[in-house]
Amino acid sequence: MQFRWRHFVVILCVAVAIVATREATYAHSPRVPQWLSKTGLYDVDGRLDPGNLHYSPQYPLWTDGAGKERWIYLPPGSKIDVSNADVWQFPVGTKLWKQFSFADHKVETRMIWHAAEDQWIFAAYRWNAEQTDAELAPEEGVRNSWEILPGRQHAIPSTSDCRTCHMGSPAIVLGFSALQLSDDRDPNALHGETPPADAVTLSGLEKRGRLKPARSDHLSKPPRIRTQDPIERTALGYLSANCGNCHNDAGPLARLGLFLLHDDAAPAGADEPARATTIDAKGLWKVPGIPPDRSRIVAPGVPAHSSLHYRIASRRLASQMPPLGTVIRDSVAVQLIDQWIENLAPSGAGTDGHSQQGAQASH
Amino acid sequence: MEKRLMASLALLVSVCLASSAAAAPEAAAKIAHGKYMVQIMACNDCHTPWKMGPNGPEPDMTRMLSGHPQQMVMPDAPAAKGPWMWAGAATNTAFAGPWGVSFAANLTPDKETGLGDWTEETFIQALRSGRHQGQGRPIMPPMPWMSYRSASDEDLSAIYAYLQSIPAIVNQVPQAIEPREAQ
Repeated sequence: MQFRWRHFVVILCVAVAIVATREATYAHSPRVPQWLSKTGLYDVDGRLDPGNLHYSPQYPLWTDGAGKERWIYLPPGSKIDVSNADVWQFPVGTKLWKQFSFADHKVETRMIWHAAEDQWIFAAYRWNAEQTDAELAPEEGVRNSWEILPGRQHAIPSTSDCRTCHMGSPAIVLGFSALQLSDDRDPNALHGETPPADAVTLSGLEKRGRLKPARSDHLSKPPRIRTQDPIERTALGYLSANCGNCHNDAGPLARLGLFLLHDDAAPAGADEPARATTIDAKGLWKVPGIPPDRSRIVAPGVPAHSSLHYRIASRRLASQMPPLGTVIRDSVAVQLIDQWIENLAPSGAGTDGHSQQGAQASH
Repeated sequence: MEKRLMASLALLVSVCLASSAAAAPEAAAKIAHGKYMVQIMACNDCHTPWKMGPNGPEPDMTRMLSGHPQQMVMPDAPAAKGPWMWAGAATNTAFAGPWGVSFAANLTPDKETGLGDWTEETFIQALRSGRHQGQGRPIMPPMPWMSYRSASDEDLSAIYAYLQSIPAIVNQVPQAIEPREAQ
């Protein structure tokens, strides 16, 4: 009888502990500040907090021509775990901000906050008319927050849309990776920015001791797209930044077999995933207006038979890529991708002159 | 010693059998709930092709939830006129409107043409976000995902379990067609 009572007491204690832990977690669940000025981006005087590091990815994401500034906060003494070169693990407490402007008018600032070991918080702040502060946007986002062109509006994303992109790969944080911060920056990168003087780079993170394990090879041989062709380098860098966050071999869409994300961990001579999985690959989605058997993801030499060309050029619901975050075609990117495809040696598929002409007419 | 070992093994086997026996009815109940949800959410209305039966149009349950038949190539949709804004095929699996032409998807667990390689997470994310595969293009009208997005995780999980349990049907549904003026 005594034995049973002892067991009962132990079980009761465990149950109470579990309930108490859950309650404590709930009680201390972090809340997103209502105003950007309270998120830690600025100091008490309203200036950018010097503890936040400026950064500038070499291949920026296209957001309809928005000007962008970015900062990261890493808790003092903490390090980013780069054991997996392609999936950096950020310390709890990390925050990242990205500010979007059109015509030098600040429209929104997005924040990602690694609030707990298994918790990432996404928030967007809408700037006020006076440009003095930004207020937390509703969870469903703001569809018409700024008219970029007549009839074309910039949308502040819903938290669901934030997750759509940031949960598309295990990395979660996008634009802050070995390739993006490499000191070997692509001089031809589309919409490339001149990094601010104080912007942190890969070597800067190494020298500050913010990466573990230390990667001396990052200093001796900075990451870059694996090709000698400058056009291909820029094209694949663009695809990695703009498409690879969903189209990669580790996220929910891995089953599609279309991998556009650069893989820094691959051997030096390995083909870039964006070449290996696209060139002459049939793909599920067929280019309209041509015989389906001629459609390829990338039809070497024939942009008009390439779904990659078609979908990047589209800003229509059923076909545009990326499917969210942009309402205006990135025409410079379309030209670049076309040039890359044209430079690829034709394989025979889609090279029939008649079909090519027909496909072009259908656009 | 040997007796104790045998007793322990017997206990272990009993526990395993008991737990799997308990799991089987649980899984069956979940699938049954999913079937119920699919029925009351009228999934068969669009995702199962309709045919003319002795009492009028009825879903062709030999092609249950397999979407628009791949061999049924649709001619151009009639032009919208006045208040007539959209048109539907006799199978109730193809729909033309301002969005272009959309086709009901194959919801059976066929790996190549249906949901066979979808994870439960992808399925739920698709219905919550209204995006194809949870990440891609918007799910096209007339799919009422805006209503279904409010379903509980439990309900959506049960629907997924049911859809994965039905017979797989190979049927490659055509991709959506954009509005003519947009092409």
